[in-house]
Amino acid sequence: MILAGIGAGLAAIAAGIGIGKIGGSAMDAIARQPEAASKIQTAMIIAAALIEGVALFAVVVALMKG
Amino acid sequence: MSIARESVKFIAFLTLLFSISVFSQEHHNNHSEDGSEEAFDPTEVIMHHISDSHDFHIAGNLSLPLPVILWTDNGLVTFMSSEFHHDEAGEVVVDKKGMKFVRYHDEIYYAGANGALDFDAEHHPANDRPLNFSITKNVFTLFLAAALMLLIFIPVARSYKKHQGAPRGLAGFMEPLILFVRNEIAIPNIGKKKYERYMPYLLTVFFLIWLGNLFGLIPFFPFSGTLTNDIVFTGVLAVITFLITTFSGNKQYWGHIFATPGVPKPLLLIMIPVEVLGMFTKPFALMVRLFANITAGHIVILSLFSLIFIFKTAAVAPVSIAFALFMFVLELLVAALQAYVFTLLSALFIGQAVEDHH
Repeated sequence: MILAGIGAGLAAIAAGIGIGKIGGSAMDAIARQPEAASKIQTAMIIAAALIEGVALFAVVVALMKG
Repeated sequence: MSIARESVKFIAFLTLLFSISVFSQEHHNNHSEDGSEEAFDPTEVIMHHISDSHDFHIAGNLSLPLPVILWTDNGLVTFMSSEFHHDEAGEVVVDKKGMKFVRYHDEIYYAGANGALDFDAEHHPANDRPLNFSITKNVFTLFLAAALMLLIFIPVARSYKKHQGAPRGLAGFMEPLILFVRNEIAIPNIGKKKYERYMPYLLTVFFLIWLGNLFGLIPFFPFSGTLTNDIVFTGVLAVITFLITTFSGNKQYWGHIFATPGVPKPLLLIMIPVEVLGMFTKPFALMVRLFANITAGHIVILSLFSLIFIFKTAAVAPVSIAFALFMFVLELLVAALQAYVFTLLSALFIGQAVEDHH
């Protein structure tokens, strides 16, 4: 049970790093090219959703194994 | 599911420890009078709230009975769920067509000869179950969402037929949302030439998920059921996306899967299984993402409210209500965002399948 909790926590950390990097890079990109903001936003959300998907897999595995 | 229970128990345990140290005086007073008071079990409360049910609970002891429709060995059996008298422990036996039914944790079983359930070693009922086509709380919510969507979109469609100029009333309200799905989701991902065929599906999925998410945030009857915290519902949507993607796949799409261009022949041995697996993991991720996001939000809100009952004092209420309000507002955003993400990724997968060339 505790191991599953640790697993879920690790997944949350990894997803946090990943989404943080995407958000940071998107901010940089928007600051450089404000006119491309909407395209960058869409790409950012897609990438964030894909990372989140992997993180949620981990959470679901933790849910079932605990 | 038990890790959710266990982690909720763990949080409850931590908060209890905290409460013992901080509110030791109150606790001492409570327990000296009555040591055997029944403990509040947040896990059970939360799991009951987020699971599907045969009764629609309104308030207190008041609940709306929903029809139970069973396909049994002797054919169709229907009765109202009120015949179980709120029993969830498999004790009330309903006798229909010479068969006995009991309800245990929102599942309906055939009762044994003595009218009771047989449990296996892990304390799960070992009885057979009839095929259950009941109108449960989630099905009711689905009908409600469908009715609301028809009520909104049929008049909107009619008003475009009647007058050609700028949209008025409800149509004027819905047009930006519909144009958002077309201009921001469908056209950039599927392409100007082919997007029109897929607009009905994308619009339906967008508004159905959004409404389904929002219904779950309205805490009173006839809402309060959440479509999207049922993995079967999100799974069906994901399967539809999968079917549309697979059947609209062109030569280019299948070529990428079974003969990835520019890849040496021996590598294809690895590439083909990976690509075929990729066909299935995409809709699977769609299913899990929507389900887990919404369910997690509900668990957090309910846990925050449970704190009041764990601490057994109204003093934590301001804190837990403030945090719950914050989560509610965040969930309003998540409700729209997850509808957007599901539609966007569906459009992206369809776009990959119908793409002409790079």
